[in-house]
Amino acid sequence: MTDVIDKPKQDGPDLKVVGTRPVRPDGVDKVTGRAAFGADYRLPGMLTGRILRSPHPHARIVSIDTTKAKALAGVKAVVTAADFPDLDSEEYEAGESAADIRDLSLNVMARHKVLYDGHAVAAVAATSASVAEEALGLIEVVYEVLPHVTDVVEAMSPTAPLLHEGMITQGVTPPPTRPSNIAKRFASQRGDLEAGFAAAEVVIEDSFTTQAVHQGYIEPHACVATMTEDGQSVVWSSSQGQFMVRTYCAKLLGLEVADVRVIPAEIGGGFGGKTTVYLEPVALALSRISGAPVKLVMSRDEVFRATGPTSGTAITVKIGATRDGRFTAAQVELKYQAGAFPGSPAGAAVMTALACYDLENFSIIGWDVVTNTPKVAAYRAPGAPMVAFAVEGVIDELARNLGIDPIAIRELNGVRDGMKASYGPTFRNIGFQETLQAAREHPHYSAPLAPGEGRGVAAGFWFNVGGESTAALHLNEDGSAVVVTGSPDIGGSRASMAMMAAEVLGVGADRVRPVVADTASIGFSMLTGGSRTTFATGMAVTQAAQKVVESLKARAAMTWETGAEHVAWENGQAICLDPAKDVKALSLAELAANAARTGGPISAEVSLNAQGAGPGFGVHICDVAIDRETGHVAITRYTAVQDVGRAIHPAYVEGQIQGGAAQGIGWALNEEYVFGDDGRMQNSGFLDYRMPVASDLPMIEAVMVEVPNPRHPFGAKGVGEVPIVPPLAAVANAVRGALGFRMAHLPLSPPKVRAALDRSG
Amino acid sequence: MSKVHIRARVNGDPVEFLAEQGMTLLDALRDELGLTGAKEGCGSGDCGACSIMVDERLVCSCLMLAPEAEGRRIETIEGMARDGGLHPLQRKFLEHAALQCGFCTPGLLVAAKALLDQNPDPTETETRFWLAGNLCRCTGYDKVIRAVMDAAAELRQAHSA
Repeated sequence: MTDVIDKPKQDGPDLKVVGTRPVRPDGVDKVTGRAAFGADYRLPGMLTGRILRSPHPHARIVSIDTTKAKALAGVKAVVTAADFPDLDSEEYEAGESAADIRDLSLNVMARHKVLYDGHAVAAVAATSASVAEEALGLIEVVYEVLPHVTDVVEAMSPTAPLLHEGMITQGVTPPPTRPSNIAKRFASQRGDLEAGFAAAEVVIEDSFTTQAVHQGYIEPHACVATMTEDGQSVVWSSSQGQFMVRTYCAKLLGLEVADVRVIPAEIGGGFGGKTTVYLEPVALALSRISGAPVKLVMSRDEVFRATGPTSGTAITVKIGATRDGRFTAAQVELKYQAGAFPGSPAGAAVMTALACYDLENFSIIGWDVVTNTPKVAAYRAPGAPMVAFAVEGVIDELARNLGIDPIAIRELNGVRDGMKASYGPTFRNIGFQETLQAAREHPHYSAPLAPGEGRGVAAGFWFNVGGESTAALHLNEDGSAVVVTGSPDIGGSRASMAMMAAEVLGVGADRVRPVVADTASIGFSMLTGGSRTTFATGMAVTQAAQKVVESLKARAAMTWETGAEHVAWENGQAICLDPAKDVKALSLAELAANAARTGGPISAEVSLNAQGAGPGFGVHICDVAIDRETGHVAITRYTAVQDVGRAIHPAYVEGQIQGGAAQGIGWALNEEYVFGDDGRMQNSGFLDYRMPVASDLPMIEAVMVEVPNPRHPFGAKGVGEVPIVPPLAAVANAVRGALGFRMAHLPLSPPKVRAALDRSG
Repeated sequence: MSKVHIRARVNGDPVEFLAEQGMTLLDALRDELGLTGAKEGCGSGDCGACSIMVDERLVCSCLMLAPEAEGRRIETIEGMARDGGLHPLQRKFLEHAALQCGFCTPGLLVAAKALLDQNPDPTETETRFWLAGNLCRCTGYDKVIRAVMDAAAELRQAHSA
């Protein structure tokens, strides 16, 4: 064996580090309070910033007078949209969604119009927080209040107030002649829908709604930024991508990219919500005027009103099947709320809606609709959970109607290798059937239910992505190594990077220190999102380690005065295969110590654009008990089964599955944006926006199925997003089982369950 | 506005600082004393990320004013590891992978220690209800609860040995 890893390893036992559960390298910092998150940075001479936000969901800005605020002692800068370039539309790809730079700029600071309650209109930097807050009160904004619309279906009405007066729906032929709030129509179809439904012996159709929900990261957005008189800028911020922050700051402020350096803070949760910027360009604009570093930190109220969330939706699903359970046709129409600017995940929802199933005839239509609510941001498998809630609910009804086991009907119709996915490509190395089988065979699935309890099953799909990543590996003189990436570590990815490098080098994971570097210290990397980091950045890390091993082998060959083809790398040492030489193996540490005499420092950097991310599938089983007096739904048992390709660090893979399931349970049972008639959010705090707490949940059993992805050196597939796709439907299907009737409108909160029980008599 | 002079003990050490009347103890710890282990997740006592001990009582430091700390004994996450070693709770959090982003972790650890100080043998349900004031969005709590109960078992064993 001369090459360590040049083809996928299918057999686990060969691996010494991958698949083990070492303590994460950044762990001690995080259990001792040392880890520095966005709000923990402090610079000499730093000013405190505050943002003035619109109290109206829709209004024209008639005038903004900042004279009094600027005159207040201690105020060093006040900015409005006039301090930012008025940009043209330009699409920019970042991770899992594209952003229009003009929309992004208008979202960061409103110009001419405010489009939601909480929309930023001005910002202040002052010598203290109290002065900054006082200054906000001195800014005089004159608004002409306009009628507003927050609901996605109402926003589609021809009589709804228009957010963007010139917006013509894209994706419709011929283009509409009148503007509307419908930004885009997506369509996907196959076969003959009419013939498919004609062949059906049972047809089930139902309509579903879900409410906007927030990613709910516990760390509010925060940054410190500084700009010198010649435009040299440094930003410390908590985000899912320091390069994303750099690009957006440069675009929004008209700076050279090379003049902006972004230093990633630890990130206190993102889930997609930190794949864009809100504060960083504002802090830089304030610093440009004041000449001092400026810190901006959001309150929780600001996080709810002005960042995230994901779309509220209205979805109709119709599926036909034969008596033996084979699907003959499916029709889906989905309406997704985009918030103030186009860009809901309706397109991804159209692609994922039927991705789990083999269907000859289908039609899926999606609508991206703007509303007077915060501009939606990515949230874990963007768009997929809501449409899965609807599709998996109808499949559950079909199974009930036909008297077929809910897992069996999914096994019968579920996709397999070689089938053409509903969204285009042909599936290879997928593990949906294996995942269904593992769920069916799990003891949970056959465990008896207590009287009054219900059990629900649902499946979920996510593409997973690859993309651009850079990694560097530097060997130190004592044989230890540093692995440097540009991918923020949200949930333990530093550990997997160190483990993959260690596996290739043939050393223990504790000999490799992983570092997440700033934008000036490592090559470009797309943000952490789309479940791409362990796959794509992991691939760059693996290749960098392989290059280092090649260099080590060459140096051993030089030492032994033989050809590199006569050197093998095994267990962290070079072995001579040349029968003419009688030499001892050279260890990594010996070769590293001797580097100066064999050609200098041993380092490698790899930049790549990873392709071939393997799609992921999950199947969740949920048991619920319902308190018929209060309407409270208790989750009594939960099992989440998922194909993970190969788990690099199984404990953190389980963590992704458990965390995703918990977020989905919150979405199903309690979480929702509540808007008053005045268009303002009524529950912009954690007391009223009710995320799951420890006492709301049981243990969540994560079951990992491993169908390796041959395109990754160790077989990894993305794992972070799939687990939030099935829970909405799994919970709702369980509630259906317990109640005897379906509730199709989330959340299934106590008042709604109580009302449904009253209606059902 | 003139500032108030405050004297207290933090993690066993005497401290003195100046704070505006309306400043929260959380802001004073973070901005005046440089102890940034306690985090602000909500500022309204709902998330528990700012949990500290004041005279052996678990409090949200965002709900307490800095001047109220006068003469008090305060313990923060920075004081949990002693004599160059981690507290068993900290060690178990690492072994069980009970953190992902780590932002809620200091508050969870302080709250979990408060639980074990008064109830060395909590049930899973007791642990879940005690920690219901500490939001974690990453883990789904599974590994957190396991880590706390495992630490409790280890501490009981050490105590009886």
